[in-house]
Amino acid sequence: MVTEASPIKLEIQNLAVSYGGKTAISGINLSIREHEIFGIIGPANAGKTSFLKAINRMDMFDTNMQVEGKVLFNGQDVKKWRNVYALRSRIGVVFPLPVGLPMSIYDNVALSPQLRGIKNKAELDVIVERCLTRAALWDEVKDRLNTLGSLLSGGQQQRLTIARALSQEPELLILDEFSIAVDPVTTMRIEDVLKELKSEMTIILVTNLVQQARRLADRTAFFLDGECVEMAETEALFTRQASDPRTRDYVEGRFG
Amino acid sequence: MFAATELNQKNQRTEKLVRLLFILMASLLILPVLIILGTLIYKGGGIISIDFLFTDPTNGMTEGGIFPALLGTIWLVAVALVISVPLGIAAAIYLSEYAPDNWLTRLINLAIINLAGVPSIVHALFGVGAFVVFLEFGTSILSASLTLAIMTLPVVIVSTRESLQAVPHSFREACWNMGATRWQTIRRVVLPNAVSGILTGIILEVSRTAGETAPIMFTGAVFFSPFLPQGIMDQTMAMSLHLFVVSTQVPGVPENLPYGVALVLIGMVLLMNSISIAFRMHLRGKKKW
Repeated sequence: MVTEASPIKLEIQNLAVSYGGKTAISGINLSIREHEIFGIIGPANAGKTSFLKAINRMDMFDTNMQVEGKVLFNGQDVKKWRNVYALRSRIGVVFPLPVGLPMSIYDNVALSPQLRGIKNKAELDVIVERCLTRAALWDEVKDRLNTLGSLLSGGQQQRLTIARALSQEPELLILDEFSIAVDPVTTMRIEDVLKELKSEMTIILVTNLVQQARRLADRTAFFLDGECVEMAETEALFTRQASDPRTRDYVEGRFG
Repeated sequence: MFAATELNQKNQRTEKLVRLLFILMASLLILPVLIILGTLIYKGGGIISIDFLFTDPTNGMTEGGIFPALLGTIWLVAVALVISVPLGIAAAIYLSEYAPDNWLTRLINLAIINLAGVPSIVHALFGVGAFVVFLEFGTSILSASLTLAIMTLPVVIVSTRESLQAVPHSFREACWNMGATRWQTIRRVVLPNAVSGILTGIILEVSRTAGETAPIMFTGAVFFSPFLPQGIMDQTMAMSLHLFVVSTQVPGVPENLPYGVALVLIGMVLLMNSISIAFRMHLRGKKKW
């Protein structure tokens, strides 16, 4: 159980992200505890994805993207990590548009372990099966692991992307609207897996479905127009009339 | 209700006319190809034989075969490829995968565009100055192939860069997000999916290189040589120059000989192009995303 006393996994201090001078988010202060599922809700264009990109230093790929403020991962400023590849390998990311890499399903999941230096086939087999099972994809693909991952259906590719993120054995798992391309039944199966995964890793769950945040998240933050309007224990945010009227309107579905 | 109005009819007539015009224009392209091939086959087809391909020219090049020229062209193309392919692919990988948008990148791109625009005779003179004289390689296959390599480098770079860029960016980001380095991403994801396009570009480069005359005539190709080249420091005969020589420089050549040489040269190029087309079709059938 996550409590006030749990160690801090990710600390965000006064974070601001802008693209070519246009501010996407500003003044974000949050701390995310180890082994919690931290929900982020908010309408489109609230800055949720920009927030995530700042965490694993994706600003390095986009010369337009400016990050100010601090992101401390395990207490260390991510900008000062000398080996940014090691940082990224410890953070699993799933973005809304599924990406099945143009290699076999097996290789999609085995790639990250291989990059870590695992060569033993038997060991890789175990990892591949475990990750695909957790992503609720194993039963559908176990007989055709050699077919191309990029030719799976959209929903299957999304689960493949999740399996790939899990294959990193990440300390922090970031899910950005993972259920956008996944059917409701499978979504529920993955949600169950996420509840189990909590014991192994910290999870940030960005979602458009406010009810999904309510089902899964220990604490939830509400983003709107580039600010974090409110952050509280999930139940409090949803039931004990959130202190900010905008949050109340959003969770009750009156806008957004 | 669906009866055509006068305006509809007018539009349809215009549509038909315009379509006809475009078909005509596009079909015109076939004509020169047919005429060239037809003439060559008609006038030079008879001389082609195994003997023609594999014997030396005799009697002041008015009789005999073309073997030294054929072999020389293969030498020149092969050495040029060994030089330009690694260089071109490395440059293209840098430009596509690593280069930030700064003055150096812009300068490199400008150099490529300009290199592609330099007339081949200027390349030839550069080759004489740089390789034959300054680096003291003399007139040799090495000098000629270096000149050809520099001339065709933009082709390799541009086609490779385009093949790399055709691999969706999202694949790269997915890899980077896993902690893969740029090179790991290139090796595992980008290159395997760009290799078909890169090979196609190289084959096209081959056909271009085989046909060039100006860049080799002062740098390594000779009018006539009684010896086959033994290494890259030797001079050699070449198909393109041989064609020039037998058509204009030697008196008393029977009419079908130059046509035969041209037919073999164009046959080599067409063969290369067909391989490249077959290759592309084969790979298009195996679409990966």
